Amino acid sequence: MSGFPHESAVAHATGAALYTDDLLNRFPGILHAWPVLSPHAHALVTGLDVAAAIAVPGVVTTLTASDVPGEGDSGANKRDEPLFPSEVTYHSQPIAWVLADTLEAARLGAAQVSVQYKPLSAILSIHDAIEAESFHSGPFRIRRGDAALEVANSPHRLSGQLEIGGQEHFYLETQCAISRMDDAGGILVHSSTQHPSETQEVVARVLGIPRHLITVECLRMGGAFGGKEVQANPWAAVAALGTWKTERPVRVRLPRVLDMALTGKRHPFYGRFNAGFDTDGRLRGLELSMYSDGGWSLDLSDPVLWRALFHCDNAYLIPALDAAGWVCKTNKTSQTAFRGFGGPQGMIAVEDILDRIARHLDLSPHAVRERNFYREGDVTHYGQPVKDASRIARIWQELKESSDYEARLQSVAQFNSTHKHLKRGIAITPVKFGISFTATFFNQAGALVLIYRDGSVQVNHGGTEMGQGLHTKIRRIAAESLGLPLDAIRVMPTSTAKIPNTSPTAASAGTDLNGAAVLDACKQIQARLAPVAAGLLERAEGRSVPFVDVVEAAYRQRIQLFAHGYYRTPEIHFDPKTATGKPFHYFAYGAAVSEVEVDGFTGENRTLRVDILQDTGDSVSTLVDRGQIEGGFVQGLGWLTLEELVWDDKGKLATAGASTYKLPSWPEMPPVFNVGFLQRATEPGVIFGSKAVGEPPLMLAISVREAIRAAIAAFGKGGVITLDSPATPERIYWAIERARSVA
Amino acid sequence: MRGKCGNSKFTIVKFIMAVTSTDFRFSLNGRTMQVRDVPAQFTLLDYARSRGFTGAKEGCAEGECGACAMLLVCDDPVSRTTYQAVNSCLVPLPSVADREVFTVESLAENGVLSEVQTAMSAAGGSQCGYCTPGFVVSMFAEQYRSGPATRDVHSLGGNLCRCTGYRPIHDAFLSLGPAPAGRFKERLSRPVPALAPLRYASMEGRFSRPVSLDEALQLAADGNSRFVAGNTDLGVVTNLRGERFHHLISLEAVPELREFNDGPEAVEIGAALTLTEISELWRDAPSVFREWLPLFASVLIRNRATLGGNLATASPIGDSAPLLLALNAEVQIASFAGERCLPLAEFFTGYRMTALRPGEVLRSIRIPKPFPESARFFKVAKRSMDDISTVAAAIAVLCDSHVRMGLGGVAATPVVFEAPDRNALQELLRTTLKPMSDHRGSAAYRLALAQNLLARFES
Repeated sequence: MSGFPHESAVAHATGAALYTDDLLNRFPGILHAWPVLSPHAHALVTGLDVAAAIAVPGVVTTLTASDVPGEGDSGANKRDEPLFPSEVTYHSQPIAWVLADTLEAARLGAAQVSVQYKPLSAILSIHDAIEAESFHSGPFRIRRGDAALEVANSPHRLSGQLEIGGQEHFYLETQCAISRMDDAGGILVHSSTQHPSETQEVVARVLGIPRHLITVECLRMGGAFGGKEVQANPWAAVAALGTWKTERPVRVRLPRVLDMALTGKRHPFYGRFNAGFDTDGRLRGLELSMYSDGGWSLDLSDPVLWRALFHCDNAYLIPALDAAGWVCKTNKTSQTAFRGFGGPQGMIAVEDILDRIARHLDLSPHAVRERNFYREGDVTHYGQPVKDASRIARIWQELKESSDYEARLQSVAQFNSTHKHLKRGIAITPVKFGISFTATFFNQAGALVLIYRDGSVQVNHGGTEMGQGLHTKIRRIAAESLGLPLDAIRVMPTSTAKIPNTSPTAASAGTDLNGAAVLDACKQIQARLAPVAAGLLERAEGRSVPFVDVVEAAYRQRIQLFAHGYYRTPEIHFDPKTATGKPFHYFAYGAAVSEVEVDGFTGENRTLRVDILQDTGDSVSTLVDRGQIEGGFVQGLGWLTLEELVWDDKGKLATAGASTYKLPSWPEMPPVFNVGFLQRATEPGVIFGSKAVGEPPLMLAISVREAIRAAIAAFGKGGVITLDSPATPERIYWAIERARSVA
Repeated sequence: MRGKCGNSKFTIVKFIMAVTSTDFRFSLNGRTMQVRDVPAQFTLLDYARSRGFTGAKEGCAEGECGACAMLLVCDDPVSRTTYQAVNSCLVPLPSVADREVFTVESLAENGVLSEVQTAMSAAGGSQCGYCTPGFVVSMFAEQYRSGPATRDVHSLGGNLCRCTGYRPIHDAFLSLGPAPAGRFKERLSRPVPALAPLRYASMEGRFSRPVSLDEALQLAADGNSRFVAGNTDLGVVTNLRGERFHHLISLEAVPELREFNDGPEAVEIGAALTLTEISELWRDAPSVFREWLPLFASVLIRNRATLGGNLATASPIGDSAPLLLALNAEVQIASFAGERCLPLAEFFTGYRMTALRPGEVLRSIRIPKPFPESARFFKVAKRSMDDISTVAAAIAVLCDSHVRMGLGGVAATPVVFEAPDRNALQELLRTTLKPMSDHRGSAAYRLALAQNLLARFES
């Protein structure tokens, strides 16, 4: 356990830490780009005339389909994202771009571009898509046993549905790319991207040139959360295309309102279920249909849906399960990766169902959850053994004790019996989250460690820093494995020129993969230096030898002072045809207890206390990991309680901006917020015995939603509480009204 | 109710017209900057970033996230120098003419971090770091704030962080001691020079800062201009909708609009006083004002936003109208034709429309005394603080059990209801309110809220 501060903490606090757009001043003559936006959600583009834009003072040129030397499509997994579409498929989709000496001129120029449209009917909701059978893909299906039969034979049955809202990433730094000619005829793109190699691939595709002519660099990101895993690519491609055409530097930066209108979000989901269960609340069978709103293009919607299906068991053994999923094709932003990657939507479904079962049977929800836990030896519905399944119950028990759960249940009941208009609720929920990319080939990483003759070290790796503390952890891994102080290690900005063919920094796996690759490189160097050091030590007669002397001696002995490292996650595989395999290297576990208070007049609510126990293995940095746990939790709390995406009837995002879309702020921080790390939890086969922590804690916030539901129930006299997500004050208010109306 | 306002006659006073210039100066991090050829609506944020001070970021461009926060050296109403944190994305550059601005880059000196910066980095207060400079600036302003020793925990409510969940930032904030001695503390011992008149003209628009009411009215006489105070609303229109104004007339330095009189018959609040200034000046404000103030945006906004501006924009969801309506406020309007007084209820004439005629300016807001026996303010929004209301309500009980209720978010304008008792008021709400549905709430919910907030008041 160790509390290494973030390696850029001081630079953050002084304003010295640079982000992509902060480089702007370094490129005299840079051009600013502004898009021409479609006023329709679905339409044919029947005419486009940019002449008037060119006439605007300061406008240098425009970018349209005819400027593309390669292929004008930025789609990551499918060629379905035209950069210059002839058919508009979502509201505000860019049709063309204007490049100008100033941003103001570019904006004024874009307003002068004349576009003719033939509007078409638009599909604006999951329900419209289901009705019209408008799907990108599906059904994907994971089956165990005969769920329908088990449900039919169960003593109790419940069926229902659940609407799950999406979530805007709201990384504080919006999408940004700056492109310029490099000094040897190629292109250098500074991009705020989680996946520089894919950004490079898309730029190469659009320009029709080989990837070795393109370098993509990512210094650091001002947050990403999945929103820059593939969706950084189009902006980088537009910037690069502008540079290719004009030979000038080009900046594409989406201001917040555009970023929100144009980029994808966490997928909204709609779920339907039939559940069969015993009198004690034990699940016997579950039929679950999940529909995600993929938006206009496929993006990462398939693997997101798969992960939802992988996680619809959460921590529970469901003996017979039929989980099916569809990706709906709608005329909305293209939904994408977002911390949890479908896992949260799968998990919220089963947690919702278990709460309904408990209230249907008049049992306490925590008892029903507990009864359904996986035990040692159990296997998931996709056939993977649940490694360390007993940790679920262990965490549960330890957290119940440390949070004083039982006693607080009593005091909550006491409070509720004496308050007519205010009710409290408390809930405990678990998380089991699978770690690894389900696209198995992504589970590899490279590193390049360079030692200079003065003993200073540069570490390059394929991961990107977005605030999650990857570079901080990498620095510690390099320092400890080389036996050097942290100061000796410099973690370099991510560049495709250093490590090729990298995977996105995603799936919580940044440290697992890149850390292991760095360790591999460091170990090689250490092995080479060991004999040199031994020789020097012998001569030093017991005195220690400075690292710089070892390095210099090694250099003079012509020993290689740099190494590339490589790692691939062992023993993982998954067959989508049979929906079986071992897609995950391991599971990260955790649980949270949340207590809330709800106002019966308005549905307003606040979180009073949160207790978390998280399994991070042997944490590489407890300070970084605690930050991930707390930050992930609050982000989840935002998703589930206040962040609401609303599209109007024209398909325009009505909540595009910080004044209409509210993320958690200062008062949403739980006033009592206890975070514990599971002890005796070393994870063998993972870097330093640690476990991934980026995504799992987000889903701990489901405890807040369930606590709200408990508080709503306290206004009524029992029975199932239905509550769509997010649980905004309005939804809570109507749920209270429903609870009260049950006699 | 009419006629209680002062009927001060307008008198024509000669003043010296400032000379129009194409440049101005201000102090940025202690260095004098000579500004020319910058469009009148160029923001302080864009300018500082273009000069290499890239610590402040544009996170939202509408004053919601605080990533662009900078420090403005200000006079507080008791004539003490303070650092006020402001959203620089909503500050037109010419409005800082002759003023002093500090960015996050100036806080550390010779590699020695300020206490705030040390605290933030040690506490793990940054992850991606993008919001951090803004938090540092807000925290710094609070650490150097004069007055009560207790720190306002809500002083950071205008800064958003998407990574940390705020706990470590909170810890850093609580760890701060009193403002240490040094150049920043020393600056507070010296006064802030009074603002001089400004006539700035660029290729793209003009910006004027008159220093008297006469001068302001004179400037507005050509009709092709727009009054602006804190620019916290107009700036959003500028930034997000690309609207440009030919001539902005800043009311920041007009003393007649910055008066505060707490008299026996009424309290009169100058329209161009900021919310922060009002809270400083109105020491014995009724408790409902103290309940309301923290719900009005954030400190970063309150440091710039004025009460007059909040009324003159006439938003149906503005925060001040419901309270002022419940308190039976009147507005004093000035023009060359003289002054007139209007009950606030008659000031709002339609969606985003007021009774202000061309050439008129909102001079002050007058709240009659005695204040109601009891009054409460409630604001319901998706987020508890710094959100725009779904419904806001202020309820005042008058001496004869009469009830008056000001409401926002239930009609095209803020509205007020008065009834002999609460039952009658409930009935009035039920039969008259016809709210609309939008992304902030359904019509049915809004109606329920209006009624329930009255019920909550009674409970």
